[in-house]
Amino acid sequence: MSELFEIAKRTHAWACYDCGKCTASCPIARAGADYIPRRQVLGTNLGQSREIFSNGTLYRCLTCSLCDARCPAGVGFTQLVQNLRELAFHDGVEPECPHGGALQSAMRMMAKGGTQQNRLGWLTRDLKTDPKKGTVFFWTGCTMYYDAFFTDFNVHTLEGTKASIKLLNKLGITPVVSPEERCCGHDLLWNGDRTNFEKLVKHNVELVANSGAEVIVTSCAECLRTWRIDYAPYYTGMPPKVMHITEYIAANKDKLKFKKTDITKVTYQDPCRLGRHLGIYDPPRELLQALPGVELIEMLHHRQSSTCCAGGPWSNCDRYAKFIQVERLKEARDTGAQLMLTACPKCQIHFQCAMQDPKLKLDIEIKMRDIAELIADALAL
Amino acid sequence: MSKKRTKKNVEDTSGEKAVKVPRSWNPSIVVFACNWCSYAGADTAGVSRFQHQPYFRIIRVMCSGRIQPGFVLKAFEKGADGVLVSGCHFGDCHYIFGNERAVEQFEKTKAIVRLLGIKEGRLRLEWISAAEGNRFAQVINEFTDQVRALGPSPFAGIKLGA
Repeated sequence: MSELFEIAKRTHAWACYDCGKCTASCPIARAGADYIPRRQVLGTNLGQSREIFSNGTLYRCLTCSLCDARCPAGVGFTQLVQNLRELAFHDGVEPECPHGGALQSAMRMMAKGGTQQNRLGWLTRDLKTDPKKGTVFFWTGCTMYYDAFFTDFNVHTLEGTKASIKLLNKLGITPVVSPEERCCGHDLLWNGDRTNFEKLVKHNVELVANSGAEVIVTSCAECLRTWRIDYAPYYTGMPPKVMHITEYIAANKDKLKFKKTDITKVTYQDPCRLGRHLGIYDPPRELLQALPGVELIEMLHHRQSSTCCAGGPWSNCDRYAKFIQVERLKEARDTGAQLMLTACPKCQIHFQCAMQDPKLKLDIEIKMRDIAELIADALAL
Repeated sequence: MSKKRTKKNVEDTSGEKAVKVPRSWNPSIVVFACNWCSYAGADTAGVSRFQHQPYFRIIRVMCSGRIQPGFVLKAFEKGADGVLVSGCHFGDCHYIFGNERAVEQFEKTKAIVRLLGIKEGRLRLEWISAAEGNRFAQVINEFTDQVRALGPSPFAGIKLGA
């Protein structure tokens, strides 16, 4: 198949020399799933579409890029999976979406447009924002939707959003927080739905361009990756600079005087989109180091080896994901930290979900907060 | 181009873009009805010949507690103009507490629907028992008129005259 050939070329799949390091690294394969990344690469190179296109194989991958980080031949496995999913989507291959596809439905409705979302109900008077124009655009992402949906367990992703805005305000910035913002499309893209992704991109790029913003700051690692990498082909002219809130604050940390809080020991979950996808490991650590009295105790697997939260774009929820989450939470507990910090709402949601298990709760429960919240606390905001 | 500020335009402010509706348009409503009470109630309405508007399709579930936000959101995504969720009265659920779950899930559904900017009048929760055939007909009539007044869903993809 010529499309497979093109994909193999584009993602360097042809470079594979069958060492199997990808399979050995893959958290899903190690959890015991019937999933072999190496076979997927070989299948692409040999044009075996039936094997590699099945829903079961294509959607096992967490797209966490641990294989990419380890591959000695430079095969772009994550990108390969993304390309294969798009190709398969045309043939009607879709993931088995958890939550009855609710999140995907909401995203597709946003892609279609036609309604005025009521997405800023959480904005309080003390958060200074502008709905239309500014030099800095704060990209909220879908945190308000997640908090509305996951009311059954401790999901408070909006706290990270609010804390990020407080941090920007403290630096004298009134960011744009737009009621016209739509989902960045990350999940739809990784579900193979390029068409709806493009509708979202078109809208969002225009929205930010009209605001006059030169910088986009976000507290969501997935939105960051999507804006920086996946939106890039859709810009005409100069793309805005896109930064994670930790990057932005770390670059400006000399202007801030951090105070002691009652938190002394923390651990930090490197999100795969921030870490392996974008190489951003240091800014969050620089910030934690700047906090007086706070000690960062790294988990066994950290930085480039950090374990994905196994949530994926709402297409990976299964017992292997649960196994990975439980193992990771045990690692977090082993550090003795009071708090597990995340830099991505998805990590927060998926680990909080895993903690609900009544049989494992005692062993894996740990308090979780977004890193922006702790930084804001250290500034008494 | 100035729009005449009629009463309809002034009221029509929340959520969706206003569209002009031809008189021949009728809403497409999806009804999720529990097998034991509401679906049976619909049957009772039919058997008793209670007249009601036909612009809906019923999806039978065993219990209203099965109805998760994903079902309702899927209906709206596919262009439903209105969604009615119906189950047994409290205390009468065939599975004892299923209808309590229905309320929990419905609260989440309402929250997402509100966030998306879909008009709240498009979504409704009712408790209709197997014997309440006349109430089923009444609710259907009321809800259909309510949705008709709101116009087609912005996701329906209906191209109407400007």
